[in-house]
Amino acid sequence: MKVSLTVNGARRTVDDAGESETLLQVLRDHLGLTGTKNACEQGECGSCTVYLDGTLVCSCLVLAGQADGAEVTTVEGLSAAGAAAVQEAFVEAGAVQCGFCTPGLVMAAHDLLAHNPDPGDDDIREALAGNLCRCTGYQKIVDAVHRAASPTTTP
Amino acid sequence: MVQTTFLQPASWPEALEARAANPDAVPVAGGTDVLVEVNFGRLHPSGLLDLGRVRELRTWGREKGRVRVGAGVTYSELITQLRGDLPALATAARTVGSPPIRNRGTLGGNLGTASPAGDCHPVLLACGAEVEVASSRVSRTVPADEFFVGPKRNALGADELISGVWIPRATGPQSFSKVGTRNAMVIAVCSLALALHPDSGRVGTGIGSAGPVPLRAREAEAFLEGHLAERGAWESKRPLEEAVVDRFAELVSQAAAPIDDVRGSLRYRRHALRVLARRSLGWCWNDYREAAR
Repeated sequence: MKVSLTVNGARRTVDDAGESETLLQVLRDHLGLTGTKNACEQGECGSCTVYLDGTLVCSCLVLAGQADGAEVTTVEGLSAAGAAAVQEAFVEAGAVQCGFCTPGLVMAAHDLLAHNPDPGDDDIREALAGNLCRCTGYQKIVDAVHRAASPTTTP
Repeated sequence: MVQTTFLQPASWPEALEARAANPDAVPVAGGTDVLVEVNFGRLHPSGLLDLGRVRELRTWGREKGRVRVGAGVTYSELITQLRGDLPALATAARTVGSPPIRNRGTLGGNLGTASPAGDCHPVLLACGAEVEVASSRVSRTVPADEFFVGPKRNALGADELISGVWIPRATGPQSFSKVGTRNAMVIAVCSLALALHPDSGRVGTGIGSAGPVPLRAREAEAFLEGHLAERGAWESKRPLEEAVVDRFAELVSQAAAPIDDVRGSLRYRRHALRVLARRSLGWCWNDYREAAR
């Protein structure tokens, strides 16, 4: 089936998406945008997190056809959208180890800060509850979100 | 390999027509349940009926003492928009998955999947909700406690879709509590909803994930209703005796029909429900007494 969508501001069309394929497969396999990761395919890990019409979603649980006509922002498009602060904070805080979960966590952190510019620890942990990281133990990630919330503060 | 048809009605009448013409097509709302089955190759549907473009399903509104929540209203919307009218349902919604899951998953989808562990179900039982379903021919309502007919089976006919849920607005304290291995992203080991209805003298309960279907603890409800009426406790707002709280908790625990499975044992579930019942009644009765001051 044919699916047309706007990805990171550019109009993209996929002519041969499968009817039961997901937005994640469209992004990675058809459009080559591999920043969005594929791990659990059941909404447990958060590594495939993107914005769909401005709403944070697991792209593995969205049908390709459901995304037809939508605006999608992936981690590749965040910098242009002004999210460099979140990404830099992750690097500076040491919140990146193997890096596989990082794109999803950056998306979830970006969404949290868009709704709550000064989150507490509990807010951060609730907002990132759907993103699994098997390296860091999460504390550095929480630190990174605090850092992104107030980028001028130097420790 | 089965060729899957993708159906995307743009309106409610079109959705009902598509359902009637394709009874084997699997309805998809937010996709957070259906897509897991598809991704893991456990479901090879001949058709996928996407309800995401049906605007009628996305609305909610108050009518007299009730709220009609469209089947396509998401968990996130229940939390942010309906917390005041439906506090236990909002609490239950907040325990579902993670923010991205709550942004897509819907009340109607929860009912369509009809998992014994579905988080909204105990609340719908406790509140005395009615599920509104329709076909292209007729629409009807089904009391929530008759909607679940078996594990992942509901009362929906082959040509029917869930259009919405009618839920009485809270007139007293409510609670929803859930036991799981962590505080997020968890399928309930067991759960309990409690709703006090001081206007009618009624007590509502709903047990989740401790039986083939979500269950009401009818004897517990009747016991507490009787006790509160007999003692004039709704009016006097006196503290509840320990023995009353214990008896209520015991009756809730006995009303469950749990099994041993990967998430928990039968014995643990009965024990946990007793604890949840005791705490829930404590919280709700305390809230009722505090609100009166």
